Amino acid sequence: MDLILFYLRKLFTVLKNEVLVLPSRVVVVLFFLFLLLLPMFTKDTYLLRIFTLTSIFAIFAASWDLLSGFTGQMNFGHALFFGVGAYGAALLNLHAHIPPWGSIPLGALGAVLAGLIIGIPSLRLRGTYLALTTLAFPIILMGLVFAFPDLTGGELGISGIARLARSRVADYYTAVVLMLGLCTIMWKITDSHTGIIFHAIREDELAVRAAGINTTRYKLLAFCLSGFFAGISGGLYAHFMRIAGPSTLEVSLSFTVVIWAIFGGIVTIYGPVGAVFILFPLLEFLRVVQDYRTLMFACVVLLILLYMPDGLFRWLRDKIEKECPRCKIRNIATRDTCRVCTAPLD
Amino acid sequence: MVIVLDIIMSGLISGSVYALLAIGFSLIFGVARIVNIAHTAFYMVAAYCIYIVTHKMGFHPMWGMVAAIVLVTLMGLISYKIFINPIREHEGAVLIATIALAMALQEIMALIFTGTYLSVPSLVKGYLVILGVKVFYQQLLTFCVALLVMAVLWVLLMRTKLGLAIRSTAQDREVANLMGINEARVAMMTMGISVGLAALTGAVVVPLTILEPHMWMHPLIMMMAVVVLGGLGSLKGSFMGAYILGFAEASVVFLAPMGAFLKGSVALSIMILVLLIRPEGLFGVSFEEER
Repeated sequence: MDLILFYLRKLFTVLKNEVLVLPSRVVVVLFFLFLLLLPMFTKDTYLLRIFTLTSIFAIFAASWDLLSGFTGQMNFGHALFFGVGAYGAALLNLHAHIPPWGSIPLGALGAVLAGLIIGIPSLRLRGTYLALTTLAFPIILMGLVFAFPDLTGGELGISGIARLARSRVADYYTAVVLMLGLCTIMWKITDSHTGIIFHAIREDELAVRAAGINTTRYKLLAFCLSGFFAGISGGLYAHFMRIAGPSTLEVSLSFTVVIWAIFGGIVTIYGPVGAVFILFPLLEFLRVVQDYRTLMFACVVLLILLYMPDGLFRWLRDKIEKECPRCKIRNIATRDTCRVCTAPLD
Repeated sequence: MVIVLDIIMSGLISGSVYALLAIGFSLIFGVARIVNIAHTAFYMVAAYCIYIVTHKMGFHPMWGMVAAIVLVTLMGLISYKIFINPIREHEGAVLIATIALAMALQEIMALIFTGTYLSVPSLVKGYLVILGVKVFYQQLLTFCVALLVMAVLWVLLMRTKLGLAIRSTAQDREVANLMGINEARVAMMTMGISVGLAALTGAVVVPLTILEPHMWMHPLIMMMAVVVLGGLGSLKGSFMGAYILGFAEASVVFLAPMGAFLKGSVALSIMILVLLIRPEGLFGVSFEEER
């Protein structure tokens, strides 16, 4: 009893001293609560379906940020990981009868392999060369998919895959819990020792190498990690839609993930996730004006970029929070002095 | 024998198209460090422009070409001024701005022309038969125009003051600025030349292809492959790379079973193989790392 009380009190203290002092942390907590409690208030299958897909794509966008944002390895062919994950899970499920909880991670391992395969030639390239080369890989795979329709179903894709879970609500919880969990893991990775090396590789690879760090190994690690998370989102997508088609490898998917990530602000993890949660439902709700929706989507992106080229969420965060000039701790913008070291904020 | 001639013809045509596109793309990349995804979208708009002028207004295709080049160049300059210039310092933002621009253009065309397949009459009618293969005059014209334009461009870049300014800005923006070159104006002019080239490519190639709002996707990918294969910013590289990939594509289509599906894959695999041996492309100069 005492132990429970102790933990409750600790939770309360953490909430009061660490979470409630910063608006961005409050927003994150509210976001978690909203997603986890949504099915209590609505059983609308359409709404749940949108949020399930949004969560799946949020994992995908965050995994792009892990590779291209943090490590700076511009990847224009991120759909490759998604497609390999989707096709891998679908084939394993259909031919080996592995249930979704097994086929999705195995499909993701396939995507890790793909990450290794494209990572090795890509290691010698940098910047724009890398971006334009990675664009080629999903297209090569797509050509193979069309050339061997017996195995891959060609244009129609592989259908008749097992459902992700038994009901819509269960689907929703699977996707959302996985999304929250995996994005937290990704955020933790970028905060760890490895994450700092990723940051450093983006800023100045030569200096990192001079510091005695094997950058090749870390870049490959970034490709594999990013491939794993993107592969999981691909597998989830295949099992949720119950089809793995060539649309998972399309160039437009690779471009869309770049749009999501940069729109939300790269090198943040929370930026791409938030951007997907704004842009994907927006695209769905624009369905009332079917013909104009892609055009409006493009215009929204163009206009927002003109005013916040660093991404929406970074811009917002800079508006509501200030960094203490002395101890580098973030404070709410309304404070005059830092909450830790009481240095005056400007 | 017939198949060889077919391959040569189709390789020459697609090679010239890719070369024209790739040169424009790598010009603006070299000068302003803009990866212009919308480059081939302008090519598509030019093709539609010709369709309007010839079919809807009933003018001669020649006027269609002129109108397309002028209008699309203007459009390119305006969109550069409005959308790209203000955010040029942010590389990522420029990237998705151009992607969004391409998407917007595609959607506008889809709204106006409803995504149906259209075609345009060729500038010169008729064909001649060489060793049993039909060679349309339009194909020959496309090829000759492509070569001519590349020659003009070479003179412009190598023999004029503007060309010197463009090349020096591409080499080092800051030093060029210190030498009294108005860097912003050079970037603007290069954008004009680059989009103009895209429009011209669209204008000469449109009678040979089918018009639809997604027609910019495949040339975009091949153009990027050409640029990487030849080496970014190298005119000679773009030229050679374009013909290599053009011929590779044509041979796969005519020789391999299921070739039409595999043509992109094979061309791109060639690019990756070359990059494994020479990471800076065939004729690229390996720059000292930009820090």
